[in-house]
Amino acid sequence: MYKYDSWDQQMVDTRVEEFRDQTRRRLSGELPEEKFRPLRLMNGLYLQLHAYMLRVAVPYGTLNGAQMHALADIATKYDRGYGHFTTRQNIQYNWIKLEDAPDLLADLAKVEMHAIQTSGNCIRNISSDHFAGAARDELIDPRPYAELMRQWSSFHPEFSYLPRKFKIAVIASDTDRAAMRLHDIGIQIVKNAEGEIGAAFYVGGGMGRTPMIAPCINEFVPLDRLITYAEACLRVYNRYGRRDNKYKARIKILVHELGKDEYTRQVEDEYAHMLEQGVEPPFAELERIKTYFADPAFETGLSTEVDRSDPDFALWVDRNTHPHKADGYVSAVISLKPVGGIPGDASDEQIHLMADLATEYSFDELRVMHTQNIVLPHVKIADLPALFAKLDAAGLSTPNLDQIDDIIACPGLDYCSLANARSIPVAQKISERFAANGKGAELGQLKLKISGCINACGHHHAGHIGILGVDRKGTENYQLLLGGSEAEDTSLAKITGPGFDEDGIVGAVETVTDVYLAQRTDGERFLDTYRRIGMAPFKEALYD
Amino acid sequence: MTDASFTELVRLRDDEASDAPAVTVDSFADQSNAGAVRIEPGDDARLLLPHLDHVTRVEVNFPSFTDGRGYSAAQILREAGYTGEVRAVGDVAVDQLGYMRRCGFDAFQPEVPMNEADVEAAFTRWENVYQKTSDGRVPIWALRHGEADG
Ligand code: SF4
Repeated sequence: MYKYDSWDQQMVDTRVEEFRDQTRRRLSGELPEEKFRPLRLMNGLYLQLHAYMLRVAVPYGTLNGAQMHALADIATKYDRGYGHFTTRQNIQYNWIKLEDAPDLLADLAKVEMHAIQTSGNCIRNISSDHFAGAARDELIDPRPYAELMRQWSSFHPEFSYLPRKFKIAVIASDTDRAAMRLHDIGIQIVKNAEGEIGAAFYVGGGMGRTPMIAPCINEFVPLDRLITYAEACLRVYNRYGRRDNKYKARIKILVHELGKDEYTRQVEDEYAHMLEQGVEPPFAELERIKTYFADPAFETGLSTEVDRSDPDFALWVDRNTHPHKADGYVSAVISLKPVGGIPGDASDEQIHLMADLATEYSFDELRVMHTQNIVLPHVKIADLPALFAKLDAAGLSTPNLDQIDDIIACPGLDYCSLANARSIPVAQKISERFAANGKGAELGQLKLKISGCINACGHHHAGHIGILGVDRKGTENYQLLLGGSEAEDTSLAKITGPGFDEDGIVGAVETVTDVYLAQRTDGERFLDTYRRIGMAPFKEALYD
Repeated sequence: MTDASFTELVRLRDDEASDAPAVTVDSFADQSNAGAVRIEPGDDARLLLPHLDHVTRVEVNFPSFTDGRGYSAAQILREAGYTGEVRAVGDVAVDQLGYMRRCGFDAFQPEVPMNEADVEAAFTRWENVYQKTSDGRVPIWALRHGEADG
């Protein structure tokens, strides 16, 4: 994985000192809160209901053991012993004191980490495929391109006061595991008919209150023009994105209002101009970055067989491992979704353990998934029984990847000041219900996503089943949505009808899964059945 | 804090500051004798490009520091070869100076005077940069591949 050189290190160290100075001026009263707010947000510091929340960047979701240990130490030292892994492949701490934030950032910088631009109206942490560099189905490792873009987007002077936040994802597989088309810019690394590698640009996707699927505006940008093209996309947005209404300020609205063709024309004009400005790093820079992402020394001639006599272990292997490009290896998913738990939460002890397991079994590497789980990307199949035993002892062996209880949930009203309703208790009750009634096991792949308000941090639009918390005459109410997908078959979920109260929504989820179980044909997922039979049978069961 | 000194105008240029009143972009095209022009956030800086040879000062107004359109306006002027003064005016504070300078601003006239020590820190703090912009600084990627820091 990438390693900082002295320049990268100097950049994060300088940021720590700059933020220390800003915090000092804030605490002394020199800097008023309304001026400080955008500055602290660009350092990942939010004011929540009870305390500050700090969001730490995990670029493209990749971490090493030492970094993971440092994240655990921060949970111990500055928080209440927990970290919360997020849908941006990042980690958040919910109980941070402003006075401590500069020291916390300094601790992060020691392990080549930071919280730069994890919030605010700027280019956010770049996300990617959590199986990058390991997946059998990928064209090439997308992370070098993401790292090139991380450096370009960090402290970008022209694009730090954008109309709204700006999220970029880079993938390199036809299977989309990063919700690429629901980003402001989604990039898929592709091969053209001549066999050359380039980048397809999808611009103007997003969730929030007006969800949109990004259209492709350029099917093939040459790799040595990646930064230049991104500059052009951003400049058009910075100049013409709406600033009169925060709910219409994302680039998706600009692309929608101008129309894809007109937006593309403006980008192409700007691109032609930017090509003369020499903003693109030389190809040698991409090559330099690529050397850090060379494959680890995979062994060859390994067995692909493993003793499956323990049914718990066999189930975990079936559900929580993913095919690897090297024979004899898999990527193993550590679920942070135990029955009744808080999705994405891990204790400091669990984080330390995962770090140790990465060192022992996965070439010292981990990934954060946007579904709020952790991946050990390169595990020898022969090591799986030992790994499983250690995870099991720590309560980390829940076999539920992409199952109904592998729920994405935003922090909701338990933490978030914008929330209409709580998300976490609903997630807990659903997982408990399906564990108790035994139906969970029959359902197969079913992606359930919960947001506590229309801002959609819990990706409810992209859930096979989505739940949205709304405020109905002062009480918490939940709308049910069906049919979304964040994968390569991207679609937006539709609302079933009137909402439910907290217990009612748990029952409603059970009702729609009963419809699925009754109607499915062989091999159909919930989503496939919904797409085949439509909304009507579900509505009938829910409301008649 | 009693010994801090404050400044109302920071200029990074050696030439004499012109005091010509700034006119709007709209009226500028008709007033070929006007020497200074003021760009508001919604103005298209490219409309000025045919006239740059007789502009001595461009003011870019920031009614709110969170509206970043002025950064692109300054970049566009510099990319077109404009060498006159580009002055940021309005809701501008020390915490914006570094990025503004990177985008080609060379004068700063905030509503609220700035602490001189903070101004100095804002300009000297960042020894290196990741992007190539109109200020001509050599980005880290160029240093890595042999280009000397000029
Ligand atoms: S979806 Fe709403 S409630 Fe949930 S974290 Fe985002 S803003 Fe907060």
